[in-house]
Amino acid sequence: MSEAMNVHSGVAAAHAVHHDDHGHHEQSFISKYVFSMDHKTIGKQFLITGMVWAIIGGLFSVLFRLQLGYPDQSFPILETFFGHWAKGGQIQPEFYYGLVTMHGTVLVFFVLTAGLSGTFANLLIPLQIGARDMASPFLNMLSYWFFFIAGIVMLASIFVHTGPASGGWTMYPPLSALRQAGEGQKIGTDLWLISMALFIVSSLLGGLNYISTILNMRTKGMSMTRLPLPIWAMFFTAVLGVLSFPVLLSGAILLLFDRNLGTSFYLSDIVINGEILPNEGGSAILYQHLFWFLGHPEVYIILLPAMGMVSEILSVNSRKPIFGYMAMLGSLFAIAILAFLVWAHHMFVTGLNPFLGSVFVLLTLLIAVPSAIKVFNWLTTLWRGNIRFTPATLFAIGFVSLFISGGLTGIFLGNSTIDIHLHDTMFVVAHFHIVMGVASFFGMFAGVYHWFPKMFGRYLNNTLGYMHFWVTMIGAYLIFWPMHYQGLAGIPRRYLDKKGWVSFNQFGELDKMITVVSIIVFAVQLMFVFNFFYSIFKGRKVTTPNPWGANTLEWTTKINPGHGNWEGEIPEVHRWPYDYGKDGRDFIPQTEPVGANESKH
Amino acid sequence: MDIVSNQQKQRMHPHKFTLWVAIGSLVMMFAGLTSAFIVKSNQVNWKPVTLPRVFWISTVVILLSSLTIQLALRSFKDREMSKYRVLIGITVILGAAFIVLQWMGFQNLWAQQVTFKGAGAGQFLYVIFGLHALHVIAGIVVLIVMFIKAFFGKTKLYSSVPVEVAATYWHFVDLLWIYLLVFFLVIGGN
Repeated sequence: MSEAMNVHSGVAAAHAVHHDDHGHHEQSFISKYVFSMDHKTIGKQFLITGMVWAIIGGLFSVLFRLQLGYPDQSFPILETFFGHWAKGGQIQPEFYYGLVTMHGTVLVFFVLTAGLSGTFANLLIPLQIGARDMASPFLNMLSYWFFFIAGIVMLASIFVHTGPASGGWTMYPPLSALRQAGEGQKIGTDLWLISMALFIVSSLLGGLNYISTILNMRTKGMSMTRLPLPIWAMFFTAVLGVLSFPVLLSGAILLLFDRNLGTSFYLSDIVINGEILPNEGGSAILYQHLFWFLGHPEVYIILLPAMGMVSEILSVNSRKPIFGYMAMLGSLFAIAILAFLVWAHHMFVTGLNPFLGSVFVLLTLLIAVPSAIKVFNWLTTLWRGNIRFTPATLFAIGFVSLFISGGLTGIFLGNSTIDIHLHDTMFVVAHFHIVMGVASFFGMFAGVYHWFPKMFGRYLNNTLGYMHFWVTMIGAYLIFWPMHYQGLAGIPRRYLDKKGWVSFNQFGELDKMITVVSIIVFAVQLMFVFNFFYSIFKGRKVTTPNPWGANTLEWTTKINPGHGNWEGEIPEVHRWPYDYGKDGRDFIPQTEPVGANESKH
Repeated sequence: MDIVSNQQKQRMHPHKFTLWVAIGSLVMMFAGLTSAFIVKSNQVNWKPVTLPRVFWISTVVILLSSLTIQLALRSFKDREMSKYRVLIGITVILGAAFIVLQWMGFQNLWAQQVTFKGAGAGQFLYVIFGLHALHVIAGIVVLIVMFIKAFFGKTKLYSSVPVEVAATYWHFVDLLWIYLLVFFLVIGGN
């Protein structure tokens, strides 16, 4: 608290005394690691919490893949652990829906939103723009703790007697609004909504900070067009979050009212279990509009940070300037704008006016243009580079691969006519898992491998890193590629048992294969987690401040920077961050003044 | 340790900037709610709502409080601390009065059978005005903290940034109220 107060009182004075008291500024364990206001520590807190959630969410997917791959098999061990949720060693329907819902919620929000942009926005923004910390470290700390409490509430919902929310991660009413609809619609859904409200507060606090830090706290010489691309990506991510999350909050508040106070925002003319409900005049579609107005930008909230980090990592490790820096900015901007204009493509089959639908088709397909520009620039950055195949580089290249193959199926789904056949099938599952889920995970892994030396002053183990990459890469395609075929054949998503359809029986062996591969891939992620924690304490030590030979400012700090990042003055910036392989030099850091005879980039 | 450095050339204090972004975010939330209102008002069985007169009184009260907080900001900048304390105190009282008046408005409506049953503008009114009132309460809490600090603060504060941030927020909830009032008068009444 006292630090936050300092900000208000004599800002400049506090700055002057700072250098003197650096050496004997002892922090307690609590203020250093728990209620820390250092952006680097908060970033690590987000990362480790996100990893815990990723293990939980990933385990859920293994469990329901067991059901999908081996619908008739009994696994007595499941009954040991989950009791009546897995009676006779078989996953019960209510449990299955709870697992699917929680898997989606946890991975989309807790891992790929908080765990990804929470980690890297916190870690990279002050370090790469040359600031001592965020605009408001106190709000930043609150942001993490709101996220933490949201997680506790969500975790609690898994352990209540009636089970967690099970209406799908989109939580559509009327299913999610009526307690009578099922076990998961009881207290579990209320906890889900409360947890999401807390989560939204957390991401708003974070987003506010990211925006004002990037716009107001750049060091001398760091003009907007000299910002490294991860920062631009985090900036657009934060803008998307700040503008779209409040709309989800308003949707969630109305849903809470409908569930608990008898209002009819979303409910109308419902008969359930023979009982006629008094609600009238509500519109379930209204919720879908409010949800997807967030839900679609959310896709880019997840993806943009990964894009930004991949751009940086590819440029550093191919020892070449990023190809088309301004085109990268322009396409980020275009994606951010279009993100707000395409939400109804999730609602093509809800009875949406077909003419309106065609407008959304056009806008949706327009996203292919900036996406293609980005892919082109990544490939041309790699083209004829001196590529160093570090694990980070491999994951970045893997990201590009997944983004291409997942993006192409987006063109199928973006057409409202083809969507009539493909909506709510496994094709959709395959599409968004590849393009949004796995691709963003790859961006995140790339970031972890690349900036681990900055975070902990040690390297991750490379051999384990290569194994991690290859198994995950091949596994991701083995898992999700066949789902396209299943979807084209009409297998619906979210169904726990398709034995009733003779035509789907041919996919039995395929489902088994997918399940086995998911288990292997999950095990390899655990190996990564082991590598992560082992390397924090026992990894190979970093001996030089700039191990990758990178230009950006974070590598001008000490190997283990303290709170405040730079011991002396914040360095001044004289050039853009991508002067690699220029004028016969391998790299020229941003802090180096432009020479008299230097060629232009 | 210092966090926000004034070394850098900047047009606006980062905290003020953060507030403006936060205001943008709040605008989105209320835009979401009011556009939901418009979408739903086209459904069958929609019942309009007439605002009780007490909401007009609360409008006057919150407008007055905007005036007092602006005067408080000016007296803070002029270092007239006793005047500043009085004006902040008055603003807190006016804010509290606004909340009480809103509550009376709700009770008045509830007595007129505008409840959570059925459909119509009334349900939205409770949610939207209620959320607005929550934001006013948050503002009151901040003002109370500043009021206490003005009396008992051990360190003298010379930076006007916190007061400016509070005043801007307060004007925002005021303006937001005017928007909501006009919205319910024009669109909610039919």
